[in-house]
Amino acid sequence: MEATTVAKTGTEGQAWGGGEEKPLKASYGKLMMWFFITSDALTFSGFLAAYGFSRFKFIEEWPIADEVFNHFPFLHGVDAPMYYVALMTFILIFSSVTMVLAVDAGHEMKKDKVVTYMALTILGGIIFLGSQAWEWKNFIQGEYGAVETRSGKIIQFVDADGDRIALGEFATASPKDRTQHLEKNGIWYKAEDSFNPLALEDVKRGFEANETLRVRTMQITDEGEKEILTREESLLKLNTTGVGVIEGANLSQNEYGAPLFGGFFFFITGFHGFHVLSGVLILIIVFFNVLVGTYEKRGSYEMVEKVGLYWHFVDLVWVFVFTFFYLV
Amino acid sequence: MAHDTTHAKHAGAKKRIWQVFIILSILTIVEVVLGILKPDFLVHNDLVSLSLLNWIFIVLTIVKAYYIVWAFMHMEHEAASLRRVVVWTGVFLISYLIAILLIEGTYVQEIYTEGYITWDF
Repeated sequence: MEATTVAKTGTEGQAWGGGEEKPLKASYGKLMMWFFITSDALTFSGFLAAYGFSRFKFIEEWPIADEVFNHFPFLHGVDAPMYYVALMTFILIFSSVTMVLAVDAGHEMKKDKVVTYMALTILGGIIFLGSQAWEWKNFIQGEYGAVETRSGKIIQFVDADGDRIALGEFATASPKDRTQHLEKNGIWYKAEDSFNPLALEDVKRGFEANETLRVRTMQITDEGEKEILTREESLLKLNTTGVGVIEGANLSQNEYGAPLFGGFFFFITGFHGFHVLSGVLILIIVFFNVLVGTYEKRGSYEMVEKVGLYWHFVDLVWVFVFTFFYLV
Repeated sequence: MAHDTTHAKHAGAKKRIWQVFIILSILTIVEVVLGILKPDFLVHNDLVSLSLLNWIFIVLTIVKAYYIVWAFMHMEHEAASLRRVVVWTGVFLISYLIAILLIEGTYVQEIYTEGYITWDF
């Protein structure tokens, strides 16, 4: 087996130098990075397997990803399922390519090229983080709104054609007497709940006034679409079981369906985003080390290779998140 | 090592990087297109309680993972022992995790939908 690994890391002779006989023929730093990656891969597998568990439990009522993630910048109101996440995937894969080019330039000891490619990688990482922030913004804000039922299920509203319709389009908020919660007149350590001017009564009134509107439940039919009730069933469902209005998503409820769906979204993409963020920070540190010539002096760019391993791992995780969260 | 061979080796490495990038891009595009079109015969035909479409997604993902780890993370140049340490550990533990959780998830779903308690009232 030919060794493309750069042997010298500047730690020879020291306790962490790895000695003459390197275990698994890899330097200490790379070996530890591989072990870290293996354990981190198991963490992410745990998350995704837990997602799978919940998905299988709620197999007949899980939200349909295409309907939730269908936004694209500057295309407001256009149904664009998955284009945006596909774009994010490309950004991350391409930043992986520039990273591996930086590692390759490091093998050739070409400092300028390492600098260029690492800068591009950092840029890709930052763009990805920004995209994820936008994705979160859309998810938290929501688009159509829904009504929660007393059993904790979600009911959504559709027009005569079966297309989703936003609460604001058929219900108007009525004036209400409301006392604002201030420190002096309430419990001082409790903040006021976020206030939604649209109350359940407004939604009920708007729904009754529009004869064509119907209720869509969480149940998935054999055609793989959400079940739509008849007008009579819809009225009954809304009037007898509705308990509150939900717009957007937070950690305890969301307008898309099972509360777990929101929890997993925030947790899995958030944990991955946190990895990207720390990856960008480590890349920046290594980038400045390259700039000031630390590795040039050391005679080896192995540090670039190690941060590269981490960066590719982050890309690898995204490939799986993309599949299991957005495609399957 | 002669200078020429080093140079040729690096040219080969660059070519490999771009090749892998093209493969990854094509696989991603195929996934997205299938995800948008959702061909009926792939959605409605199941293999071991998962639709064919989902199997395609999972297989393509594993192929992508292989290329990322082998080419981008240079696993193909590492010692066989290191490869086995990383890959088999993952394969065994993750298959175990998936098997346990998905079997249990299906069981819980059965209780949830066919039990005597109504969850949607």
